[in-house]
Amino acid sequence: MKRLLVLGAGTAGTMAANRLHKVLKNEWQITVVDLDTEHIYQPGLLFIPFGTLDRKGVIKPRFKQFVKGINTVLGKIDLVKPELKQVLLMDGTVLPYDQLIIATGTTVAPEETTRISGDSDASEVHEFYTLKGAEALAETMKSWRGGKLVVHVTEMPIKCPIAPLEFVFLADAFFKDHGVRDQVELTYVTPLPGAFTKPVAAKYLGDMLDDRSIAVETDFYTEHIDTTGSGSGKLVSFDERVIDFDLLVTVPINMGSKYIERSGLGDELRHVPVDKHTLLANDYDNIFVLGDASNIPTSKAGSVAHFAVEIFVENFLQHIAGKPMTHSFDGHANCFIETGNQKATLLDFNYTTEPLPGTFPASKVGPLSLLTESRMNHLGKLAFRWAYWYLLLPGRNIFLPSAMSMTGKTPADQLDLRLPTTDSGDPDPGDSDPGDSGDSDSSKSDTPDIPIPSF
Amino acid sequence: MPTITIASSSVEVNDEGFMTVYDEWNEEIGTALAANIGLELTDGHWEVIRFLRDDFASQGETATLRRVSNTGGMPTKSLFKLFPKKPAKKMAYIAGLPKPHGCV
Ligand SMILES: Cc1cc2nc3c(=O)[nH]c(=O)nc-3n(C[C@H](O)[C@H](O)[C@H](O)COP(=O)(O)OP(=O)(O)OC[C@H]3O[C@@H](n4cnc5c(N)ncnc54)[C@H](O)[C@@H]3O)c2cc1C
Repeated sequence: MKRLLVLGAGTAGTMAANRLHKVLKNEWQITVVDLDTEHIYQPGLLFIPFGTLDRKGVIKPRFKQFVKGINTVLGKIDLVKPELKQVLLMDGTVLPYDQLIIATGTTVAPEETTRISGDSDASEVHEFYTLKGAEALAETMKSWRGGKLVVHVTEMPIKCPIAPLEFVFLADAFFKDHGVRDQVELTYVTPLPGAFTKPVAAKYLGDMLDDRSIAVETDFYTEHIDTTGSGSGKLVSFDERVIDFDLLVTVPINMGSKYIERSGLGDELRHVPVDKHTLLANDYDNIFVLGDASNIPTSKAGSVAHFAVEIFVENFLQHIAGKPMTHSFDGHANCFIETGNQKATLLDFNYTTEPLPGTFPASKVGPLSLLTESRMNHLGKLAFRWAYWYLLLPGRNIFLPSAMSMTGKTPADQLDLRLPTTDSGDPDPGDSDPGDSGDSDSSKSDTPDIPIPSF
Repeated sequence: MPTITIASSSVEVNDEGFMTVYDEWNEEIGTALAANIGLELTDGHWEVIRFLRDDFASQGETATLRRVSNTGGMPTKSLFKLFPKKPAKKMAYIAGLPKPHGCV
C-alpha cells in the first residue's frame, strides 16, 4: 500500500483524510498526526467572551472525527525531510510517506510583538483566538466596569480576518444589553486602510462601524504594546501614533507551526508557498498544503479550506495516477459576520471577485443576503456549527458549489457607492485604499492623465 | 491598462498607477515616480528599492514590510521614516512593483 501522511488533524486535515479514504482505501494507507486530542470549533471562540458559548460547546475528541481505517498518531511534528520522504516527531518517531499533506494551520504568535509591561499593570491585554484566551477574556468581561475598549489587529494575514470586526460588533451589542454602552469607548485598530481589504465591503462595514459609534484607526502598524502606566495602557505604532486603552483585545500575528521554518518550507510567517490553484507546494511534487498553512491570497477560513479540499481531492486522484491536474481552486471564501442582536451579514468572494451585495446562493430568493444584516444570516452562522461537525468534517457533500458564482450578486460597476479608485478588477488582494478620491476612472479615457495612487 | 510616459519612457500601469511590467522600470523612472508622490530619493531609499527589485526577481512577489525588515535587514521604523504613512505601498510604487499582498 502507498502511504499518505497528513500533518494536522484540524479542519482541513480531517476533511481531506475522510474524503480521500472513501476513494482510496484499498490502495493507500492514510495516517494523520496531531499534537493534541481535542478538536476545537474555532468559529465558536468568538462567542465565549460574551458568555453565549462555553468550552463544552466547541470541543469534540479530535481522533473520533475520522472514519474507520485511518491511522491516527498523537505527537508533535519536529521536522519534514522531503529528500528522504520522512517526517520526524519530537518523540523520535519516523513517519515515511509517498505523498504528504501539510494542514497544520496558523496560530497566534504574541511573542512577535514587543510588550513592555510592569508589575502592577492596571490595564488588561487579552485575545480570543485560543480557547484559553477566550475563557480568560470571558472572566474579565463579566466584571469589567467600562472605559476604553480597543480591538486590535496586529498584522495581516490573520485567520478569519473578519472575526475582530465581529468581536467589536458583538461588544457593542453586549454593552447595550447591559445598559452600559455610554460608559464604553469602542475603537477598532487595523493595519489595513479600511475596515476590510476590498473597497465595496470596506464601505459597507465602515458604515456599520460608524452607525454604532465605533471609532476606527486605520493603517496602524504596531511597534509595541505598553502596559507599564498606572492608568491606561498604550498601543504605539511605527509612525508614533499612540492609542490609550483600559482593555485591549488584540489579535496577535498569526504564524504557521515552527517545524515549517525548521524544515525550510515556509515564508517569513511560516506559511508554505504553493501554487494557488492546485495547492501543490512550490518545488515539490509530493507535498500539498491545505487550509491556513499555505500562503494562498484569500481568507484563512474554514469555508475556504472546505471549498479547496473538494477541488484538491479531484486533483490528487489525477496526480497520483500520473495525469495532469485539471481542477483549479478559485480562492472561494464564504464568511458570515455576526453583527449583534441576532443578526449577521455575509461575504462571498474569491481571488478575483471582491465581496459584493446581493442574495445567496440563489438570485432574489436567497435566502441569505450578502453585505446586508439579517436574522436569516445569523441562523446560517449558527447552523454552520452543526454542519461543521456532521457534514464538513466527515467529508459529506453540502449544497454549495466549490467555485464562486456571480448568481444573485450586483457587479461592482453597477453599485452607487461613491467608492474611491476601485481595485475590483485587480487580482491582487493587497491593501486597496478606501480613501476619498471620488470617481476617478482614468482607464477609460483615450489619453489618460497619469494615475497616481492615493496615499 | 493605460500606458503613460514617465522620465521619457513609455510604461504600462494599472488603474491605480502601479507599473505592471517589471522590465520597463529603470532608476530614472523610480526617481520620477517618487517625485509624483512628493519624495526625493536618498541613499537610504535606494537601498530599500534595490532590495525590493532583487527580491521580486527571485521570489516573484513584492516583499512585505516584515520581509524587508527580516530578510533585507532594514528596520521597520526606518521604513516609516523614509516612506511616511504607507511605506509598503509607497515602496512598491516607486520600485515599479505590484502592491504587496496585504490580505483578505
Ligand atoms: C476566533 C476565530 C473565529 C473564526 N471564525 C470562522 C468563521 O466564522 N468561519 C470560517 O470559515 N472560519 C473561521 N475561523 C477560521 C477557521 O477556524 C480556520 O480557518 C480553520 O480551522 C483552518 O483549518 P486548518 O485545518 O488549516 O487549521 P486548524 O483547524 O487550526 O488545524 C491545524 C492542526 O494542526 C495541529 N498542529 C499544528 N502544529 C503541529 C505540530 N507541530 N505537530 C502536530 N500537530 C500540529 C494543530 O493542533 C491543529 O489541530 C475562525 C478562527 C478563529 C480563531
